[in-house]
Amino acid sequence: MNLRLRVWRQAGPSAQGRMVEYEAPGVSPDMSFLEMLDVVNERLTVSGQDPIAFDHDCREGICGSCSLMINGAAHGPMKGTATCQLHMRSFSDGDVIDIEPWRAKAFPVIRDLIVDRGALDRIIGAGGFISASTGGAQDANTILVPKVAAEAAMDAAACIGCGACVAACPNASASLFTAAKISHLGHLPQGQPERYRRVLSMVNQMELEDFGGCTLYGECQEACPKGISIDTISRMNRDFIKAGVTS
Amino acid sequence: MELNAHVPAGSLEKKWDRHRFEMKLVNPANKRKYTIIMVGSGLGGGAAAASLGELGYNVKCFCFQDSPRRAHSIAAQGGINAAKNYQNDGDSIYRLFYDTIKGGDFRAREANVYRLAEISVNIIDQCVAQGVPFAREYGGLLANRSFGGAQVSRTFYARGQTGQQLLLGAYQALERQIAIGTVTMFPRTEMLDLVVIDGRARGIITRNLVTGAIESHIADAVVLGTGGYGNVFYLSTNAKGSNATAIWRAHKRGAAFANPCFTQIHPTCIPVSGEYQSKLTLMSESLRNDGRVWVPLKPGDKRPPYDIAESERDYYLERKYPSFGNLAPRDIASRGAKEVCDEGRGVGESGLGVYLDFADAIRRLGAPVIAERYGNLFEMYQRITDEDPYKVPMRIYPAVHYTMGGLWVDYNLMSTVEGLHVIGEANFSDHGANRLGASALMQGLADGYFVLPNTVGDYLASARPQKVDENHPAFRSAVGDVHSRTERLLGIDGKRTVDSFHRELGKIMWDYCGMARNDAGLRKALELIPALRDEFWRNVNVPGSDRELNQALEKAGRVADFFELGELMCIDALHRTESCGGHFREESQTPDGEALRDDENFAYVAAWEYAGERQSPILNKETLVFENVKLSQRSYK
Amino acid sequence: MNRARRFYKAAIGKKVVMAATGLIGIGFVIGHMAGNLLAFRGSDAINAYAHFLQSTGELLWILRLTLIGAVILHIIAAYQLTMQNRAARPVGYVKRKPQVSTWASRTMRWGGVVLLVFIPLHILHFTTGAWQPAGSFSETDVYTNIVTSFQIWWVTLFYVVAMISLGLHLYHGAWSSVRSLGASQPSPEPLKRTIALGVAIIVWLGFTAVPVAVFAGLIG
Ligand SMILES: Cc1cc2nc3c(=O)[nH]c(=O)nc-3n(C[C@H](O)[C@H](O)[C@H](O)COP(=O)(O)OP(=O)(O)OC[C@H]3O[C@@H](n4cnc5c(N)ncnc54)[C@H](O)[C@@H]3O)c2cc1C
Ligand code: HEM
Ligand code: HEM
Ligand code: SF4
Ligand code: F3S
Ligand code: FES
Repeated sequence: MNLRLRVWRQAGPSAQGRMVEYEAPGVSPDMSFLEMLDVVNERLTVSGQDPIAFDHDCREGICGSCSLMINGAAHGPMKGTATCQLHMRSFSDGDVIDIEPWRAKAFPVIRDLIVDRGALDRIIGAGGFISASTGGAQDANTILVPKVAAEAAMDAAACIGCGACVAACPNASASLFTAAKISHLGHLPQGQPERYRRVLSMVNQMELEDFGGCTLYGECQEACPKGISIDTISRMNRDFIKAGVTS
Repeated sequence: MELNAHVPAGSLEKKWDRHRFEMKLVNPANKRKYTIIMVGSGLGGGAAAASLGELGYNVKCFCFQDSPRRAHSIAAQGGINAAKNYQNDGDSIYRLFYDTIKGGDFRAREANVYRLAEISVNIIDQCVAQGVPFAREYGGLLANRSFGGAQVSRTFYARGQTGQQLLLGAYQALERQIAIGTVTMFPRTEMLDLVVIDGRARGIITRNLVTGAIESHIADAVVLGTGGYGNVFYLSTNAKGSNATAIWRAHKRGAAFANPCFTQIHPTCIPVSGEYQSKLTLMSESLRNDGRVWVPLKPGDKRPPYDIAESERDYYLERKYPSFGNLAPRDIASRGAKEVCDEGRGVGESGLGVYLDFADAIRRLGAPVIAERYGNLFEMYQRITDEDPYKVPMRIYPAVHYTMGGLWVDYNLMSTVEGLHVIGEANFSDHGANRLGASALMQGLADGYFVLPNTVGDYLASARPQKVDENHPAFRSAVGDVHSRTERLLGIDGKRTVDSFHRELGKIMWDYCGMARNDAGLRKALELIPALRDEFWRNVNVPGSDRELNQALEKAGRVADFFELGELMCIDALHRTESCGGHFREESQTPDGEALRDDENFAYVAAWEYAGERQSPILNKETLVFENVKLSQRSYK
Repeated sequence: MNRARRFYKAAIGKKVVMAATGLIGIGFVIGHMAGNLLAFRGSDAINAYAHFLQSTGELLWILRLTLIGAVILHIIAAYQLTMQNRAARPVGYVKRKPQVSTWASRTMRWGGVVLLVFIPLHILHFTTGAWQPAGSFSETDVYTNIVTSFQIWWVTLFYVVAMISLGLHLYHGAWSSVRSLGASQPSPEPLKRTIALGVAIIVWLGFTAVPVAVFAGLIG
């Protein structure tokens, strides 16, 4: 099939950007979205133009590198699917596809479709961990974790840190990302000692990074390739309120 | 060069314990005076950087992704082994050690492998303490499964995302140290050269992938945890960015490269669908617990699977290996698939695929049970192929997955360059000629959390490196080299893209240095690769400049190194005329077509030494002595 | 004190205030709506109710002060959040398609503004009597005030419109406030909001009934 792309091109962090149109002829429905872009880039290169820069690495939906706003939807039209796992069979001949970078004050554009998501790392650094330095851990089976707790923790821990929740949120809020980590650690017995310190410092970091607040639009949950639930956000708020009164 | 493995004296069980006592310690007050460069933030690098930071060293950690959390360890699905014997099914440190040595077809170093098995138990404790959400039983105890045909249940797992969860554990510990300030993180930064002064590794040259700035970083010790080099084959289950540049540069600066030809081909991957294919996706091995592998009996039989009667099907693994059947080890299962496809009995468009059929399992257990076990994998398969595995059998084909070879290291994980340590998949250490499922995560974390932090201290305490600075001629010339190299790549301005060269190189490697290798093929490859490499340096087109984010330039540099490494792999494969593990030489097989080892002549590690541009590399041998295990032919019949 | 400041500094803190004050508002409007419906029972019923309210003296004032306080806090927080959320995305998308967010949720700010206009006018209209669209106002005869006012089409229209935006505001708010306060139970479909829908419809119908009934001549 033949497609037309409108892609955000921006030479550098401070450069002026704009949407540029490209033809994408002879696209196979079995291609992944990124393979389609590869082919476009090959053609651009041989014709002496700069290829389109976009983040990607594992190409199997787990590393969280890929990050494209496709036709106004973070990670494109397919639910629970990262851009790299999206296949061209989700489109049809003659479609015009708009491709833009994640947009948020906290995610400055570096080039074309690549943004800086370092803010998410700093949120984790602020408290998204259990302080257990290497060595001296007791035997693993001395900590009993009820299956339901382990499953709930795993549901939240599935977050790949792609930032689609921020990109999709009308407020550019990082609530879902932050809440996912807080829920992951908060569901586990190992996570209890630092539970309330954690929520305070992570939420505080989220503010410092200039993310928006949560109006509960629910767009983040829909865009999340790992189906993280906004229930985690309620949980974060609950812990934040508790922390406010206790600590 | 002489290869001294520095294996401590004493009985196998006591070696590590004793070594830890004998190693010199760095005075806690002095630790922060030492700078350690950690290249890589995967299970190896992430765990090491965090642990070294916790110890108080001044750590600089590098990765090419935008965040340390994206290292390719994230993609590991199946699980991680540990000799906990929680299932009371007769597992033990010794059994894990033995299985790993045997699985590696007796081409690994006993002492290292034993230490790995020993440490495996601490890994699980450490990870649970960090909050890794391993699968649990209803009673709250840890769950285990048997993996990759192991006879005991020793594999710990977190759904199909074990690697991700283990890496996030290490990553969170790392971010904690970064926030405290013991570790400085350099994401989107690629190591382009190693700086060696007076025979010691003293720093690296990097390129800032955002600004293009070339920078010098000085250190008292350098550690590489940069992962595997499977992308030499272009198509592999590795990430697009996975590269050999760091280890290859180090090799050119004096680090011996061990067993480069030992690569693992994973039997259950999704087949190639077209020219544009950019990478291959692994389907967890666990699928083989319930799926049955088959192809049509008749060559060229293009009928849809369900029009092919039982009597016209060949369940070749069950036929050839009655006792292991569909659970035969990776190398064997992969070769089986290749054979039947070579006979023209492969399925799917390309004829490069075999069926993995769940019809029986669904009949026996019902779709819900299968969904519970493999639901997410079935979904992933359907998303990619648009076929429903509940109705049509999956199509699978082997793909390059793991590289057992890597930089040679001694018992302390130090390479042949003083002060240069190598951990994780980047080194050659523990898996011999074939890696068992769920053992790489174990090795990465063992190296990173428990081995390296001790041995680096020993090195620093004994070597007491002197101060150097960026103006040292060695740094200057290294920076110069990097600059001239990038300028050269940008200057060629030819007709072909980097990817087109990479694809062609990959095809050569796959055809002649893949699942089955022979003398003629390897010699052919050794003519084709240098020729293609020359064309690359004449005719590649790398747009843009080096003063900006330039993904084409990044790729070009990596592919240039793959050419040289690919050549070395073929040289190694050619010289090792025996078959062992993942390395199958058609000249060396048993009457019934199984790999035939030659312990007489090849019970050694082939550590190749760089001899200069276009010089043939020098072979050094580390003879493998087996004091504790008896060498036996692997048989899974 | 600075614990309170730290709490309010975070968007979550502001949201908690929004939710709490919002819920107070919800409580009030439901009660108020019920009171209004007495108009159907004729003048005595509702006037008696009004007198009863006035007779409670300081109690009424406590209620009034709480309401005023709540509305003020609600407005301040709303303003601050709106500013923060706007600032969080300085460069917007060329193309964006809302996937699941309700129209109600996306119009909270506008709905709020309508209410912001409505409430003061409404108090001037029925409580202080400073605004007399019907040209007359009685401290004691609430019933007549209502009837005379809503016989004027544009007064009725104004109220009807205000009530639509209130209904929408609550369709999102009655659901989201519970989640903001972390009081919700984990759910397989977190976006489902049956109760909120009920609250919104009841409040909307309950309020709209009176002016429309008057205008249609069913009351008076
Ligand atoms: C799809 C897949 C599934 C797997 N499943 C399993 C499994 O179930 N069980 C198991 O035990 N093993 C499994 N493995 C193998 C295992 O995951 C890897 O061997 C292991 O994770 C490697 O970890 P590492 O830390 O050595 O390297 P990686 O995790 O690859 O990390 C490499 C790091 O080095 C950095 N780096 C690389 N080059 C440079 C450079 N030039 N400059 C700067 N930084 C650089 C990268 O940014 C990255 O941070 C799997 C592998 C794959 C591909
Ligand atoms: C059609 C809808 C409504 C009608 C017919 C109506 C009618 C009235 C009347 C008659 C009074 C005076 C009662 C008295 O003085 O005892 C009153 C007071 C008041 N109304 Fe409404 N009202 C409506 C909607 C609303 C809404 C939606 C709100 C808030 C969002 C509201 C807030 C108030 C307040 C705050 C007072 C003053 C109470 C006091 O301080 O005594 N009203 N309303
Ligand atoms: C006076 C003018 C009002 C304004 C300007 C206003 C504005 C807003 C805004 C902007 C929000 C969304 C905040 C966010 O999540 O970003 C909101 C939420 C809400 N409002 Fe109002 N509102 C007003 C009056 C009311 C009234 C009268 C009620 C109740 C009857 C009410 C109940 C709520 C509730 C329950 C929420 C949900 C809070 C949450 O999500 O936690 N509001 N309001
Ligand atoms: S919560 Fe979902 S969308 Fe947000 S970063 Fe994690 S995986 Fe991505
Ligand atoms: S879309 Fe935004 S507003 Fe909240 S529910 Fe999700 S973060
Ligand atoms: S490229 Fe890794 S998740 Fe898409």
